[in-house]
Amino acid sequence: MACFLVPAAEAVATTIAAKVIKTKESRAEAVFDSTEQTAQEMVEKIPFSQKLGWLNRLLWGGSALLCFEHVWHGEVVPWFPFLTAAADPSEASAMLHEMATTGVMMTVLVTAVWLGMLAVSSVIEKRTISEKQLKRCRRSVK
Amino acid sequence: MTLLTTIFAAVVCTILWYCSASGREMKIGILCWMYWGASLMWLVDAVFEYVSLRAAYFTPAPADLLNDFYLGLSVVALGLIIWLVIVLIKDPKGVVREALFRKKK
Repeated sequence: MACFLVPAAEAVATTIAAKVIKTKESRAEAVFDSTEQTAQEMVEKIPFSQKLGWLNRLLWGGSALLCFEHVWHGEVVPWFPFLTAAADPSEASAMLHEMATTGVMMTVLVTAVWLGMLAVSSVIEKRTISEKQLKRCRRSVK
Repeated sequence: MTLLTTIFAAVVCTILWYCSASGREMKIGILCWMYWGASLMWLVDAVFEYVSLRAAYFTPAPADLLNDFYLGLSVVALGLIIWLVIVLIKDPKGVVREALFRKKK
């Protein structure tokens, strides 16, 4: 009925958060002044705003395609109140129930998958950094 | 069927993204995110439907199956159109810019 609105709402929130974090990161990068090694680590690490962008794309893409499905089934219309269920009070409660169950679970699953991706990417980042450090150590020993 | 169609589209796009450098340049990643996002959401939808229908979920009426497949193909087509618009706007290979520039000459 309108389950896609819940992930779409999260997408709006994460898009705003990603913009704010990106601004902060670029400011921090501008004033960053530290050792060569830490600078190297900064280069290797993926900025959090970029990682948040993955979640944004999953949520926006999924919500857009689900919105199309709702248009297909006649649940979303191009005139006010845009949701056919919202016009009828008895259907409105069913719609809210669906948003609270299916919609929330959709958001939770997508966010859980994103968290899994963060864990995997952090392992890859650590491995890359340690490999680079090992190479640097070997070079300095030679 | 819609879920299955979208999952197949997501898998194909992910394989293309992984194997082809030109695919990555052409921003196939956008399609991967879109199709995987929709697949995850439809998976939840399918689980809820399975909970209410039980075994009947796996034996849909042929007309419903066909309609769902038609919807799945339409969703894939919509995803491709969104991707195409983004690619034309971002113009990673500079083709649109080159064409416009040539026209001006």
